[in-house]
Order: sequence, then structure tokens, then C-alpha cells
Amino acid sequence: MSRIDGFGRIDRSKPLSFTFDGKTYQGFEGDTLASALLANGVSLVGRSFKYHRPRGVFSAGPEEPNALVALRSGARREPNTRATMVELYDGLVAESQNRWPSLAFDVQAVNQVFARFLPAGFYYKTFMGPFANTRLWMMFEHVIRRAAGMGSATYETDPDTYARRSVHCDVLVVGGGPSGLSAALAASETGARVILIDEHAEFGGRLRQDRYDIDGMPAADWVAKSLATLASRDTVRLLSRTSAFGYYDNNMIGCVERVTDHLAVPVDHKPRQRWWQIRAAQVVLATGALEQPLVFGNNDRPGVMLAGAVRAYLNQFGVLPGKRAVIFTSGDDAYRTALDLTAAGAQVMAVVDSRDTAQSALTQAVRDAGIEVLTGHAVVDTHGSPTLQRVDVMPLTGGTVREFTCDLLAMSGGWQPSVHLSSQTGAKPVWNAELSCFLPGVPKRPERSAGSAAGHFTLYGCLSEGSVRGLEAAKAAGFSATGTFAIPQVDIERFAPTAPLWEAPDPPPGLFGGHPKKFVDHQDDVAASDIQLAHREGYISVEHLKRYTTLGMGTDQGKTSNLTGLAIMAALRGEPIEKVGTTTFRPPYTPISIGAMGGSERGQQYKPRRRSPMHDWHDARVGEWVPAGLWDRPRHYPATPGESMRDAYIRETRQTRGSVGICDVTTLGKIDLQGPDALDFINRIYANGFSNLPVGKVRYGLMLREDGMVLDDGTVARLGETHYVITTTTANAVPVMAKIEFLLQAVWPELKVKATSVTEQYAAIAVAGPKAREVMQRVVDLDVSNAAFPFMACAPCRTKDGVPGRLFRISFSGELAYEIAVPSDYGQQVWDALMAAGREFDIVPYGLEALGNMRIEKGHVAGSELDGRTTADDLGLGKMLSKKKDFIGKALAFRPGMTGETRKKLVGLVPVDGRSSLPNGSQIVSVDHTDPPVKMLGHVTANGFSPERNIPVALALLEGGLAREGETVLVTHPLKNIAVQARVTGPVFVDPEGKRLHD
Amino acid sequence: MFQFKCPHCGLRDANEFTYGGDATIAWPDLGASEQEWFDAVYQRENPRGPHREYWHHAGGCRQWVVVDRDTLTHEIHGCRAASETQK
Ligand SMILES: [Zn+2]
Repeated sequence: MSRIDGFGRIDRSKPLSFTFDGKTYQGFEGDTLASALLANGVSLVGRSFKYHRPRGVFSAGPEEPNALVALRSGARREPNTRATMVELYDGLVAESQNRWPSLAFDVQAVNQVFARFLPAGFYYKTFMGPFANTRLWMMFEHVIRRAAGMGSATYETDPDTYARRSVHCDVLVVGGGPSGLSAALAASETGARVILIDEHAEFGGRLRQDRYDIDGMPAADWVAKSLATLASRDTVRLLSRTSAFGYYDNNMIGCVERVTDHLAVPVDHKPRQRWWQIRAAQVVLATGALEQPLVFGNNDRPGVMLAGAVRAYLNQFGVLPGKRAVIFTSGDDAYRTALDLTAAGAQVMAVVDSRDTAQSALTQAVRDAGIEVLTGHAVVDTHGSPTLQRVDVMPLTGGTVREFTCDLLAMSGGWQPSVHLSSQTGAKPVWNAELSCFLPGVPKRPERSAGSAAGHFTLYGCLSEGSVRGLEAAKAAGFSATGTFAIPQVDIERFAPTAPLWEAPDPPPGLFGGHPKKFVDHQDDVAASDIQLAHREGYISVEHLKRYTTLGMGTDQGKTSNLTGLAIMAALRGEPIEKVGTTTFRPPYTPISIGAMGGSERGQQYKPRRRSPMHDWHDARVGEWVPAGLWDRPRHYPATPGESMRDAYIRETRQTRGSVGICDVTTLGKIDLQGPDALDFINRIYANGFSNLPVGKVRYGLMLREDGMVLDDGTVARLGETHYVITTTTANAVPVMAKIEFLLQAVWPELKVKATSVTEQYAAIAVAGPKAREVMQRVVDLDVSNAAFPFMACAPCRTKDGVPGRLFRISFSGELAYEIAVPSDYGQQVWDALMAAGREFDIVPYGLEALGNMRIEKGHVAGSELDGRTTADDLGLGKMLSKKKDFIGKALAFRPGMTGETRKKLVGLVPVDGRSSLPNGSQIVSVDHTDPPVKMLGHVTANGFSPERNIPVALALLEGGLAREGETVLVTHPLKNIAVQARVTGPVFVDPEGKRLHD
Repeated sequence: MFQFKCPHCGLRDANEFTYGGDATIAWPDLGASEQEWFDAVYQRENPRGPHREYWHHAGGCRQWVVVDRDTLTHEIHGCRAASETQK
């Protein structure tokens, strides 16, 4: 154990037990998984992506590239979780990733030996080169993908729930460190509604991790006092464990709150995570800065860690990550690490500083503590297996190598402001040569950065700038300062200038020659030599560099590698860094779960379900529900529990055609059109004419798109002089209504027509079959004889028990048929009445499958033929296009190519053997030409079985159409290993003269 | 995410609206030539900057609106009822 008494903010009275790779360890409340592992002396936590090199904890925050673990087990298993961000809980289970058979002994670590076969651009070259798409590459790829990889996700359904929330505020402060707290205090003091968010469990930022006094009290007390002040203001909302991952339009910030991730299992009906959409009038980005590593030989060995992270483990968690340490830095900040380590009883062997000189109060304090400071030096190599045992230090100008025994190397390459969110708004980061970092660009939205996110790296700078920016934001949101506001008192720090060291020199060549790898991007195993290779091969722009080497393409998005990578490229190009620029910053800042994105909209909650008024009746008898748009429709009604779907729909078809059937057709779109210009409007939107349609009659109508293709079909019923009701297919009800609204509002607002969707207001029931009239006559108070109510008649009606409705004599099945529409609330009553009236005729309810089967037998087109690629002519409806009037689609419907013999047109198909079915989607080819390449002549759009003909039947779109009538073609479905000879017929299989409709 | 100031409903989220195409294209008369219709159906600019679009407040008042939107900055400069723009 490497816990140090007197350090840390963990609760030592609350021990927690957890397992890593099956072994049980102890930690404390307040630990992260990373700190608990380090406290237990576990320094090897993973294997690297490509070379399977041993890796340890690298950072203490969201930037962690190495310590990625699979957290939890079973359905809750989550791969690639950053151990530095996982709050420890009792019973936590974690596993290392990307190793086999075990973390300590990994057979694929031999990848290192073959590293020269896996250089940068390996994938790129293999994809683009002569092996691309060959069998050889497919084999390689399989092996490589297994070798180079991340953790694997669970295949089980996520058992947790997720929530979503949308809020507004005047000032949003992102980041709860010294700058963010100051900004929130200053902004909320004006009365502005303020939201302060922080991604960690505790507010305070680096104040949790460094030893400061503020206003004469320990920094932690100042944080607690500030939070108490903020909490006392009812205009302030504090959100911890909340990451702002994206900056979107209209000043909307996307955040994810990890509500119960710090617990083993979500409790009390709480969601696991909550997605916040925060719309802020003004934003303060106090997102802090990320410490950058240094690039030197074997800099990825477990035991090499960011200097600030070492202080975090010590001061926040009471963990000493090493007993003998070397500090390697290019600036003053890491000298604090030397002092803190010394205070905790560790031995600091040396501070290796790449600067020529380092004179400040801080560096002097280190020298005064008796620690050797080597300026103008660099660490050039590390040794120890699997964890650090020794480092080699050399003057930058070359010369003698000195060896230092150590188990910890704390490094600092300076701090890079977290400009991610401001960059996402399109504000390009600006290089600051004095600070050697990118600063946020000129804001493009109502936002400003504060504190170290804006390049103020002293505590005083953070506190004062935070207050100023917070107040500025509140003022910009329309508030004014009321009281006085004092900036807290802290020691003023003065640092010696930083001088970046982008890449340390190579050590003298070893016994076998060559140099150790100097890693830039630890997660993606990209070394300085890979950047040199990219440069040699001409991939010199940052965007090319990124894609060629995969630099910054890991789950950490290069938080600790992009800056160094582009600086090395700039040096190779001999150009200043600002000329090389940065890659584009994109959301999310840190990985977010798909579950949080989906929120509660999944499974049954994914979309609303529409149910007909007779739903419960169907539900008691249905074999299977079919989704049709948002509607549920019954597929078939088994007569006996064991009856198959195929047997059921054939029986329903036979019984309907033999006697009478009843079907719920409520889902068809119904649009009510009224007004003096209704007829004119209908004539414009339908391709066929309606001018001579009398009141009390229905006509089939065909709608085209503007480009001349068929959009939809349905019926138009004239209920009164200026009153029509039109129907659409189920799938097109919504788009057709939207289009009608568009035409009436945006194109022809002068037309006096009112359109109302009445689909849900009416239950619609079809009664079809030779006995349909007798059934209907017993239910409605209207003469439905052929003379009084002929084919295509419509009229208002009343049922015998007084339900008002509308009766239509229309037929989709090809039988004598009626459709009755009644107000939805009466749907079940009328359905029951029809069922009772039909009992003596053995009336059968039929589902979507029989409905479809009967329309196939009749050659009526439906959704699978109206696929957006068919013209009226293709469907055999070409004669419907009116020559007497203008209508939508007419101008383009007669272009060359819209008609003609080479188009695929509607035909019928029957199997030559009289029994093989012809599956939907089958490709039709010539029986004579089956050697590849085979020309596709068309496809099967719908198929069923005709009991009347006792043969499988199908509709198809076939090149040449009915010109091929009588020919034999081959219907193939290679996925189902089906090839059936079929004869081309007309598309109408039953009652081709249409006699039954008119009887 | 966009917000549109619907002339009927006020400031509403874009997810209540459905995109409805380029509003700089005028619908030709139904009797116009094939060429005019060809241009109206197929020819589109892809402007970088100010643009005019149709949106349908399908999840609200069901009115079509004409929105002035900058495709570069996503700023919304105006939102009027489509029926008003035709008068
Ligand atoms: Zn509206």
C-alpha cells in the first residue's frame, strides 16, 4: 500500500472492496479506480492498442489515454472506460483490455518485435494498395483487427434507463475550478440565473489537487464556502458529475450528467445518466487546461506519469505513486511536484529541466530543499520491466548519460488550455508563442473563456479573471452588479518563462543500434518516428497527418498528443506552429454513451403507436401484429391455436371470396376537403379528371410527384357540392397531408379550400364478399341494393342503432364490397353489429396478409409497387393521365424515358411447376442467360397464394412488361438459394372482367 | 439546435419542424413548359451563406414557414408564414 497519512480527501472510515482482473483490492470512498489501483501498487493496467506494450496510469483526469478498462460485467459491461474518471464503489468489477492470455504475459506483445511491419500508414497503404479488396487482405485484416483493438462491448440489452432535460439560463459556467467558481459567484450576485457544471464528483478543479491558501484558509474550505454561497441563491443550479461535450447552435450546450454511475446499480428509479440541453444567453468557459507530456525514449513505461497527476494522487487521494522520483519538465509548474513529493516523504532524485535556466521562487525552493536541478538536460530513455526502474538523463546538446534509479517519472511539457468547446463554435484557436500554447479564438457566439482555459495559469489569474468574466457575462445577459465584489486574497506567483521541448534527443545508439520509440499518442501507439515517416511521404498537413498516422483518433481525441504531434510536424516542415494549425475540434469532448443519446426513446418508447378503435378486439384474436407506419395492424387471425400464418391468410381469402369477410381499414389516410375551390384543387393534385364526378359518387385517383413519378393512390368521394373526402395509403397519409398543406399555404393560397386530416376521427370497416350486401343491409338504415347504391356510390348513413356514418361502395379485394366510416368512438359497436349480422354467413375477419393477398390476385398496386421509381405507365395506369387539364407532374410525366418498352412494368407471375412460391424481392433473370454477369430484368414486388386458382401468384416489375406475356423467366433469390421458373401473365388473376364489383 | 420564431406559436425548437426544401424556387404554373418544370424540380444552388428555406411546423400549428437561414453560421434571420410571402 502506498497511502500516505495526512494527505488526501478520501474518507478512510469508509473502506470499499473491488476487483481488478479477478483479484480483490481495498480502496476508500473518494477514490477513483485509478487512485485505488495505484494505492494497491498496481501500476500495470493495460496493453497498448497496436504493440501491446505494458501501460500504466498516465493522468488523473478525462484526458487519460492508457488506463482504459472494461467496467462492470454482464449487460452493464462498458469497455474503454477511463479508470481516472471512475468513482470507486463497493463491489466494483473491472478488467484490463487488449491482452491475452493475461495482462502480465501477453503473447501479442511480440507485435513490438514486428513493429517495423506495422508502421504509420499501414492501414492506409493496405487499403489503397495492390492488396486492397483481395482475399489476402481480408485474411490479414481479420488477424490485425483481433491484434490491434479496444475492449469489446456487451451484446446484452442495456438494463438501465436514461433521462433527458432541457433548461434555459442567463449564464452557464462550464467548469467548477477556481475560475468557474469565481465566475459563478460574480454572475449570480447580479441576480442572473446561473448554472455551474463540473465533470467531477467534487467542485474545485485543481484546488482539490494542489496545496493553496485562499483568503487565509485552505483552498478546500474556500471551495466549500463558495459552494455554500452559490447553493443559497435560488437562481443558481449546481451540476456535478456533468460533462459538457458539445457546443451547438443557438448557444445550446450538450451535457451528460452521470447520475448514478458512481453506484453499483442505479437506485430509487433514478436514471443512470441524464442528457441536459442547456440553452444559455451567455456562456463562461472555465474548462481549465490539460498538462502535456514530454516525448522521449520509452516514455510509455508504467511509472511515467504527468507531474500534475502525481500531485493529484498525492493531494486528493493520499496516494504516493512512487518512492523514488525523477521530475522531467520544460516549465516551473512541475517543481511543485518535487516539493509535494518531498513533503510526503518520497525521495526526489533530480529535477531534469530542458530549459537553459530556471530562476524563480519556486525553482529556488526546490534547490533549497536539496534537490538536484539539471537544466539543459532531458530524459532520453527509461528502463524496467514491466514497470519503471531507471531513467537515462543526457544534456540536450549530447554528452554523458547519467542514470537515475527511480520508480516514478513525473513529467510536464506545459499546459494546453482546453479550447475544445470554444473551437467547436468555429472560433479557431490562436497560437501564443510566449505561453507556448493555443488560446481560444475570437468568440463567434455569446461566450468567453476564463482562467487557465484562457491562458491564465496562476491561481490569482484564475480567481480574478473568473470574476471579471462572470460579471461580464451577467451584464451581457442584461443584469447589473448590485453590491461590491472582492477578489479573494492569494499569494502572487511569478514563474520563469517556459520554453517548450517538443521532442527529446535520442540516447546514444545501443548494442543493437537503433533508438527507442518516443511515443506522442499513447492511446494510438503513434511515435515521433511515425510523424517523421508521414512527413517523408508527404502527409504534412495536420489533417493528413492525423489520418495517416491515426494521431489523435483514439477515444481521448488526442488531448495529450495533438499539440506535440503538430509541433513536431511544424519543426520537420521548418515552419512556425501557427502556420501548421490544429485539426478540427468536434463533439463530443469526452466519450458519451449511446444510451444517454437515446434517452427514454427506445423500445416501446421509441415512437408512438397508433391503435385503431377496434384494437382490443383484434388483440384478443390476432396471430401477429404488423407495424404499418406508426399503426399496429393485425396480420392474421388463427382459427385454431396451431394454425400457421399461411394457412390462416389463405383460409381468410377463401372465406371472403366464398361468402363474406370483414377488415379494419381505419389506418388508411382520410383527408376532408371543403370549400368553393375544392374541385379545382382536386383536379390539380390528381392526374385523372374529377370535373364530372357527381355528388354521391367515388372515383379512384392517382397522384403524381412533380417529377412525374407516381406518389400515391386512393379514392375521392364527393359528399356535397363543395365537400370531398379523399383517402391515401396508410404509409402516405402523413406526407400527402403535409403536401396538401404546402400547396394551399405556399403555392396556391388564393384557393378557398380547407383541408383537415380526419384519419383518427373515423373508424373504417370494409365488408367484402358475395354476402356483403346482405350483411350490410342488416346493419345500416339505407337501401344498399345494386339499383339504389351501385358500384362507386357513397352516401351518409345511419346504423340501425342510430350511429351516424358514411357508406362507400368501393372494393380493394375485387369482391362486392362496402366500406363504412363511423366516428371512432362507435367503431367497436358497429364492428360488433356487422359481426353479428354476418354470423349466419360465417363472416371471417381478415388481416393485412389476406388483404394483401386479395389485392395481388386483383393486380391492384400498393406500397411495394409505388416505390418512387414507377410511372403511371409502368403500373398499367397510363391511360388515367388526363389530357384535358393540367395537374402536378404532367409537365415531366411525358419526358422520354418515362414511358417505353424498356422500362420495368407491372406483370403477374405464376410458377411453372404450379406450387413453388416466388418470394418478394426475388430478382428476375432470363432462363437462357445464367452465366455471370447476369442481367437483372426486374424483381418480384409482392406474392401470395390464390385459393381460387390453387396456385402461388406474384406481381413483378419486369423489363418490357406485358410484351413478355407467356414467356418463361427465372425468379431467383440467391440468399434463400431459390431459383424458380415462372410464367409471365397479366397482373389480374381473379375475375379479370370485374364482374363481381358491379353485381 | 435551431430555434424558429413561428409566426403563430413563437420561439420553438427545430425538432418540431420538418424541412421542406429550397424556398427561392418559385413553383411554375401547372401548364408551364417541361423546361421550366425541369429547372424547378432539379436545379438547385447550394449556397454558402444566406439561404431561404421552407419548413413545416408539423409538430405545432401545421403552418408552412419561410425561414431565412445562414448555412454557414446557422443563424436564423427571419421566419414568416409561407402564405404571407405569396401575397
Ligand atoms: Zn407554429
